[in-house]
Amino acid sequence: MTTRSIGELLATHPFFAGLGADDVALLAGCGRNVQFDAGEKIFREGEPADQFYVIRHGLVAIEIMSPTAGAVVLETLRDGDVLGWSWLFPPYRWTFDARALEATRATELDGACLRGKCEHDPRLGYDLMRRFAGIVLDRLQAARVRLLDLYGDGRGAG
Amino acid sequence: MPVGAGIAEPMLPSRYRVTDRKQETADSVTLELEPVDTALAAFRPGQFNMVWAFGVGEVPISISSAPGTPLHHTIRSVGSVTRALCDAGRGDVVGLRGPFGTHWDLEKAAAKDIVIVAGGIGLAPLRPAITSILETRERFGHVVILTGARSPDEILFAPELERWRGRFDIDVDVTVDYASPSWRSHVGVVTKLIPRAPFDPKNSAALVCGPEVMMRFAATALVDRGVAFSAIQVSMERNMQCAIGHCGHCQLAGSFVCRDGPVFSYERVAPWLRVWER
Repeated sequence: MTTRSIGELLATHPFFAGLGADDVALLAGCGRNVQFDAGEKIFREGEPADQFYVIRHGLVAIEIMSPTAGAVVLETLRDGDVLGWSWLFPPYRWTFDARALEATRATELDGACLRGKCEHDPRLGYDLMRRFAGIVLDRLQAARVRLLDLYGDGRGAG
Repeated sequence: MPVGAGIAEPMLPSRYRVTDRKQETADSVTLELEPVDTALAAFRPGQFNMVWAFGVGEVPISISSAPGTPLHHTIRSVGSVTRALCDAGRGDVVGLRGPFGTHWDLEKAAAKDIVIVAGGIGLAPLRPAITSILETRERFGHVVILTGARSPDEILFAPELERWRGRFDIDVDVTVDYASPSWRSHVGVVTKLIPRAPFDPKNSAALVCGPEVMMRFAATALVDRGVAFSAIQVSMERNMQCAIGHCGHCQLAGSFVCRDGPVFSYERVAPWLRVWER
């Protein structure tokens, strides 16, 4: 796939909806297509977080290693989801592992490159920060709902 | 039709014998029942019976089989009565009163896409509706089943879900809250499946059943997607005791869940879902 087709992909992706053509072109210039085999690690906790991914097709687990429980899957992401926000916030290190659960194709965007561009263009920086804050909020709310352990208290009418 | 209409003695249980017992999950059991003497009236998907564990007590349990098939109740062991019912074996006799309450309005859903959102044991009252929908599949548009459970071991009707997943004319997605890496499907809340599920929000009907907070979030996600409030049906649960709207234990605002529910239009109950019970 060419840079132009990455641009088309980003331009039609809901996460980037409303971005100007110049911004999309800039993002596309920082992007490349990647693929991961089932079981392959995409990133590991503690490693530098210098990229994020737009999952085009596949299933990815966000997981953490527990000494007692082994690997624990915290959440899965799939087609259309955006994977990774640690590239945007100091200290720019992954806080969890990500692993492809099935063969996965994604567009990888160079976060380190984008950070520099955001520093020079606060408008773009604010825009991206706002979009990623939406993802963070969405996943925080999902995590809070899971903390309720909804299915643990039974449902008498069932 | 008023609750209990057609039931000569709505407070008098009929004896039913357990003809089969299936352990669904560690704490959930499906009992297959046949009448010892008097059979209950025909039921509609979404209705419930009051089920007696003689000598222990009585609880409201949704019917989990389709009309015209052997009567099933799927019960989760959460208290003394449900524990006694879950412990019942073949040949044991329980008491049934019913059927009571409102049902899933599948007529209203005809010719539309159907989105079924279930959480935990909430899949049980939806199973008869799913079976009915699949029996007359051509009457509906796209059919999507989204179900959530705490963990892979706690997925209700797992073999049936797998069978439904194998059909080409419905979409089935299962997600769990907690999983080991051997789980090869979604992890996360069931509401997260709604934004990208394949249905037309402007021409859809949604049937939702599960813990009340889950139903609230599911309904919000459906409305955010563009589904009309009036197109969403939810199955409510309250402390139902008499099941005929007399005792008042299950009162919710100006309604009794046993009589006016358990299946309500979300349009009607949305304000109540945010009221704290005391």
